[in-house]
Amino acid sequence: MTQQPILTARGLVKRYGRVTALDSADFDLYPGEILAVIGDNGAGKSSLIKAISGAVVPDEGEIRLEGKPIAFKSPMEAREAGIETVYQNLALSPALSIADNMFLGREIRKPGFVGQWLRMLDRPAMEKRAREKLTELGLMTIQNISQAVETLSGGQRQGVAVARAAAFGSKVVIMDEPTAALGVKESRRVLELILDVKKRGLPIVLISHNMPHVFEVADRIHIHRLGRRLAVIDPKQYTMSDAVAFMTGAKAPPEALAA
Amino acid sequence: MSVETTKVSGPQEFEKTLDASDRNVASFDTHSRTALESIQHRLHKSPAMVPLIILLLSVILFAIVVGGRFFSPFTLTLILQQVAITGMVGIAQTLVVLTAGIDLSVGAIMVLSSVVMGQFAMHYGVPAPVAVAVGLLVGAICGLINGFLIARVKLPPFIVTLGTWSIYAAINFIYSGNETIRSQDLEATAPLLQFFGGSFKVGGAVFTYGVLLMLIMAAIAWYVLNHTAWGRHVYAVGDDPEAAELSGVRVDRMLLAVYTLTGLICAIAGWALIGRIGSVSPQAGQFENINSITAVVIGGTSLFGGRGSILGTIFGALIVGVFALGLRLWGTDPQWTQLSVGALIIVAVGIDQWIRKISG
Repeated sequence: MTQQPILTARGLVKRYGRVTALDSADFDLYPGEILAVIGDNGAGKSSLIKAISGAVVPDEGEIRLEGKPIAFKSPMEAREAGIETVYQNLALSPALSIADNMFLGREIRKPGFVGQWLRMLDRPAMEKRAREKLTELGLMTIQNISQAVETLSGGQRQGVAVARAAAFGSKVVIMDEPTAALGVKESRRVLELILDVKKRGLPIVLISHNMPHVFEVADRIHIHRLGRRLAVIDPKQYTMSDAVAFMTGAKAPPEALAA
Repeated sequence: MSVETTKVSGPQEFEKTLDASDRNVASFDTHSRTALESIQHRLHKSPAMVPLIILLLSVILFAIVVGGRFFSPFTLTLILQQVAITGMVGIAQTLVVLTAGIDLSVGAIMVLSSVVMGQFAMHYGVPAPVAVAVGLLVGAICGLINGFLIARVKLPPFIVTLGTWSIYAAINFIYSGNETIRSQDLEATAPLLQFFGGSFKVGGAVFTYGVLLMLIMAAIAWYVLNHTAWGRHVYAVGDDPEAAELSGVRVDRMLLAVYTLTGLICAIAGWALIGRIGSVSPQAGQFENINSITAVVIGGTSLFGGRGSILGTIFGALIVGVFALGLRLWGTDPQWTQLSVGALIIVAVGIDQWIRKISG
């Protein structure tokens, strides 16, 4: 890797009472790659991701985005910096429309008096951009972009959440277990969606328990164990059983890879 | 539809057969629906539809059984006058219920505000506009206290407003000394307080300014809920607060704002209440909390939050008004009104549950 990483973390520590969720964890994400983060339950994966996405503030350590140190106090700040997260529960409002959901928290207002003083939303503009984004990701043929999200299937909802992240994420997209709640067919479609987002040049952090999915799309695999990065492996050089063995501690990773 | 078939390197053996199968699952297709399903979808899109249909049916029903006495411009506008206060408080209640909350203190805030307006104008000798402003401020502060306890101290809205209902009602009686300010005294000193009792005629129809105020407030609330970001956030907070927070909606701040605004709207209703009854009475509007919740529920707004409309609430209030006056003119025991309103509430919640079970 001669490239500079776009997002790095060094020595992150997060304690919850007497439990240490992150024990001086490191993290590197390079431009244009899909980095999978795997680890056993309780290994500190989600704490690591929350620290990067602004949902928790680490007790110690440093995070840098494009070389500049950052300290997010809320997911909002991370979003403003260009880091979008697709949460496992998707963070969509079921009763609101697809367009309303995509723009929730960053609505577009009409220009001029009605927007400035009457705070009127620019629905046509929001719907147009939402439609464009969904088309770009091959999620089109929406008859009705104003239909409520709760009328969509699980995979469709995931599509909306991914489209929202891709629409606004200018630097990094984080996806937390995007296929966990989906059937096999819908999972396939979401994996293609992830590759589509990558093709558009956005680096992706993929958290998943599903080894076949991880090995299928990831360029590198970050193995998290006991609150820290154990190793980063190339999925072409190792098998799934190797990865699981490293992850569970059944086998030690080769010295060269240990971080 | 063209799905981009990205070449995925080596899918798993067990997944290979899927390549040949339909890959359009994440596209937004619609399957053909049965008649019942399309009704369900239509109702899902416009939640005010059910109460509107019930309202029209009940007007037709009473027009048939009671006749011309009921179906006259005078009677129909009388219903509007009778539901104006409930409608206004209902608008406030709708905002709260959309956030998945409830406000039992609305009636008490309304009466307390009207009493403050009366006391300031009559006993402290301040100009009427100042007395009104103080009353509105008191209402907003009552709402702010509710909002603070719910949003910041994180207590359940039902418990908080059950408590403040008693507190505000008690303050109202202690402060007023349980004394009614007579209509004639108000007329002499501070006629502004009775402003919303004034009326004008259009043919046989009689409209009070209170009715106009309710309609204007409903129009503003409708606009805010449907066409501003703030309004969409009200729905989002009630729908799924966690999702709203992660999407960048400040849930605490929204709740604080909604309860404060509710207090202010109740205070405005308190001003209109003086116009409606003519005097300032600490005994008035005791049951406006229950009436407003009834209007909200019959109006199709879900008590679980995130779903409903202002229009529905106005229709809900009108349905109750139509039943109350219609049954009275028909000459039945007033208990039949209570009975039919009770049945309507249960039917409304049943329909809400059914609409919620919607799926693609």
